[in-house]
Amino acid sequence: MSHQARDLAASRAHAPHTSMFLRMLVRAAVLRRGRATSALFAMVVAAAVATAMLNLYVDVQAKLQREFRNYGANIILVGKDGASLPAGTLSQVDSALAGRGIAAPFGLVVARTSDGQPIVVAGADFDRVKQLDRWWSVSAWPSTENPHLSQNQGEVGHPVLVGVRALPLVSPKNQPFDLSFQGRTLHVTPAGTVQTGAAEDSRIYVSLADFISWTGVQPSTIEVAASGSATEVAAVMTQLAQTIPAADVRPVRQIMEGEARVLGKTRATLLAAAALIILTAALCVLSTLMGWVFDRRRDFAIMKALGASERLLNGFFAAEAAALGATGAVIGFLFGIGIAAWIGRANFHAPVVPRLGVLPIVLAGSMAVTLISAILPISLLRRVQPAVILRGE
Amino acid sequence: MFVRLVYESFRRQKRRKILAGAAITLGVTVATAMIAVATDIGDKINLELRTIGANLVVTPQEDSLDLEIGGVNLKPPTDGAFLSEADLPKIKGIFWHNNIVGFAPILPMSAVIQHDGKPQDVTLTGTYFSKKVSFGNEDFVTGAKTLYPWWKVLGAWPDDNSRDVLIGERLAAKLNEKPGNTISISGRQLRIEGILSTGGAEDDEVIAPLSLAQEILGKPDAVKRVYVSALTKPEDAFARRDPKSLSGAIYDRWYCTPYPQAIALQLTEAMSHSHAEQIRQVAQNEGAVLTRIEGLIFLITLAALFASGLAVSAAMATAIFERRAEVGLMKALGAGKLAVASVFFAEAALMALIGGSVGFGIGSALAHQIGHSIFNSQISISPVLLPVILAIAVIVTFAGSAMAIRRAVSLDPVFALRGEL
Repeated sequence: MSHQARDLAASRAHAPHTSMFLRMLVRAAVLRRGRATSALFAMVVAAAVATAMLNLYVDVQAKLQREFRNYGANIILVGKDGASLPAGTLSQVDSALAGRGIAAPFGLVVARTSDGQPIVVAGADFDRVKQLDRWWSVSAWPSTENPHLSQNQGEVGHPVLVGVRALPLVSPKNQPFDLSFQGRTLHVTPAGTVQTGAAEDSRIYVSLADFISWTGVQPSTIEVAASGSATEVAAVMTQLAQTIPAADVRPVRQIMEGEARVLGKTRATLLAAAALIILTAALCVLSTLMGWVFDRRRDFAIMKALGASERLLNGFFAAEAAALGATGAVIGFLFGIGIAAWIGRANFHAPVVPRLGVLPIVLAGSMAVTLISAILPISLLRRVQPAVILRGE
Repeated sequence: MFVRLVYESFRRQKRRKILAGAAITLGVTVATAMIAVATDIGDKINLELRTIGANLVVTPQEDSLDLEIGGVNLKPPTDGAFLSEADLPKIKGIFWHNNIVGFAPILPMSAVIQHDGKPQDVTLTGTYFSKKVSFGNEDFVTGAKTLYPWWKVLGAWPDDNSRDVLIGERLAAKLNEKPGNTISISGRQLRIEGILSTGGAEDDEVIAPLSLAQEILGKPDAVKRVYVSALTKPEDAFARRDPKSLSGAIYDRWYCTPYPQAIALQLTEAMSHSHAEQIRQVAQNEGAVLTRIEGLIFLITLAALFASGLAVSAAMATAIFERRAEVGLMKALGAGKLAVASVFFAEAALMALIGGSVGFGIGSALAHQIGHSIFNSQISISPVLLPVILAIAVIVTFAGSAMAIRRAVSLDPVFALRGEL
C-alpha cells in the first residue's frame, strides 16, 4: 500500500506542471465552447483570406503573362542585312525554346498576279501561325493535312489564305488564280480570307513548303513568342543570339514594355488590396481574441490568487493563443487554397497552383496576431489586484 | 427615456464605443477604397494598355494594295490615294472623342541620302511628334510621343514645325551620324535632332515632321495612314453584328457603345474617303487582358467586403456580449425584450452611421492615394456611393449584432447579474 502511495506521489512530483497545464488548456477550450469557436472561426477566416491573397499575388503574374502571349511574338529573328535565314534555323530555335514558347517562320517575296500587278506573297507554317497569331480572323484555314489534294494540279491549285484587301483584286469571285515569281508560276485557290487590320490584309499566304519549292527562298523572319517573366524572355534572347549568329535577334519592345507596365500596375493594386484585406482580417481576430481574453479576467484572477507565477500565467495564455493561431492558420490555409483555386478557375480558366511557401508566412502571421491579442490584455490585467477583479469591479 | 439611455450609453462607455466604432470605420474604409478601386480599375488598365500603341488605323478608301515587307513599303510613294491632313482634327469631333487618347498620321516615302558622296535609298516617314491640334475651342497635343511610349530618343524630339529629323539607330550606326549633324536628304540639308530607337522597322528609317515630308513628296495636305489610339470596350457578340443590319434603337445602342467597331465607323464618317479598321493584334487582345484584370479585382473586392463585414460583426458581437449585466439590469427593472433590443439596435445604427461616414472619408482618401501612387492619376469616388455605403454599413452592423442581441435579451436576468454565463 505505502509502496503504491509513494509511486503516486513520485509520479505527481515528476509531472504535475505539464498535465495540469494541458488540462487547463483543454478545459478552457471545452468549457467556453461558444467563445472559443468564434475566436477560432475569426482566425480561420483571416488565415484563409490571407492565404488566398498571397497565393493570388504570387500567381497572378504567371496568369497574366499567359494572357499577354496572345499578343503574339515578343522576339523577332531576322536574317542579318535582310538575308534569308539558314535552312536549319527553325529547329535550332525550337530546341533553344524547349517548349517555353512557340516560333513561326515567315518568308516574304513580291510576286505578280496574271495581270502584272505586284503583290506580297508570304510563306507561313499555318499550324504554328494559328497558335502564335490568335487575333487573325480567318474564315477557313487551308488544310495542311491533305497535301495530295493540292498536288492534284489543274483546276484545284494550292490552297492559300488571301488577305481581305487583296481578295477583290486577285480573286473577286473566289476563283483560282496564278502567281508568278521570277518566271515561275504557282496556281493557287483561295481557301479562306485573313483579316488583321495590318499589313497581312494586303498579302497572300501560301504554305511554307509550297513557298520554298516555288520561290527557292528560305524564310527570312522567325517570330517567337517566348513565355515567362521578363528575365526569362531576356535569357531566351541571349541564348538565341548565341546559337544562331546568322540572325539579328530583336525584342518586340512595344509588346514587352506594355506587358511590363500592365503587370506591374496590376500587381501593385493587388498588393495594396491584399494589405488592406489582411489588415482588416488581422484586426478582426485581434478584437475577437482580446474580448475573449478580457472576459476571462476571473480565471486569471483565480489563478493568480491561488499562487500562479507571472511566468506561468503568461505561458498559459501564450500557449493558448499559439495553439489557436496554429490551428486556425492550418485550417484557414486549406480554405484559402480552395478560394484561390476557385478564383483562378472562375477568372483565368486555370487553377491557381497552391504555394506551400505561403504556409509558413500565414502560420507565423497568425501566431503573431494571436499572441499580441493575448499578451495585450494580460499585461493590462497584471497590474490589477486579483481581489479587485474577483469582486467584479 | 429611450434617447437618454442611448445617449448615456455613449457618454459613459467611451472605450467600448470607440473600439466598436473603430472596427466599423475600418471595415467601411476598406470597403469604400476597394469599391472605388474596382470601379475605376478598368479605365486605368485600359489606359495602361494603350501604351501598346494604336488599336485603330484609318486608310484611304480606294487605296491600292500595300507592298510592305519588313516595314519597308516597296510601292511608289505617289501611288494610290491619300487622306487629307485638314480632316485630322475631326477625329476629336466624333461621338467618342473623349475616348481618343491620341493619333498620329504617317506619310512614308522613299528618299535618297547622300552619304560620303554615294546615294543611298532610305524610307522617310513624316508624322506628328507632339503637335498641337485644335478642334472647335478644344486644343490638344498628339503625335508619336504620346502614341508610342516605347520610342526612345537619344538627343531631342524635333519640333513639328521645324526642318529637323530623327534617324533610326541602325541607320545612324551605318552612316555614323550623331545628333546635331546635318545630312543631305533628297537635295535638302536637314539637321539630325535625335537618334530614334524603337526595336522595329523605324530603326532603319528617317522620321521627319509631316509638313517636311509633304514638301519633299510634293503633296501638301497628304497623309497615307492615321494610327488612332482609343479607349474601347471589350468586343462581345453584339459588337460583331453588322451595323447595317441593325434597326433604330438597337443601332443607336451599338453606335453609342465604345466598341472598336463603333469607333472605327465614326472615324470613317469623320474623315472623307477613308476606311477605319481595328488593328486586331492590339484591339482583340486588350479586351481579354482587361476582362481578366477586372474580374480579378472584382472577386478580390468581394473578399474585402466579406472580410470587413466579418470584422464589423465580430466587434459588435464582442461589444454586446460584454454588456450582458446591463441587459440583466434592464430586464430586472421590467424592460421587455423589444425595448432592450431596440436600444441596442439604435446604438448600432448610430455607430454605423458615424463610423460609416468617417470610414467613407478615409476610404476615399485611401483610394485617391492608391490611384496616385500606382497609376499616377486620380481615382475619384462619386458622392452617390455614400448613401449606398452607409446603408451597407447599417445592414452589416445589424446583422453582426443580431445574434448577440438575441442571446443577450434571452438571458435570465438573475444569471446575467450574478455574472454567470
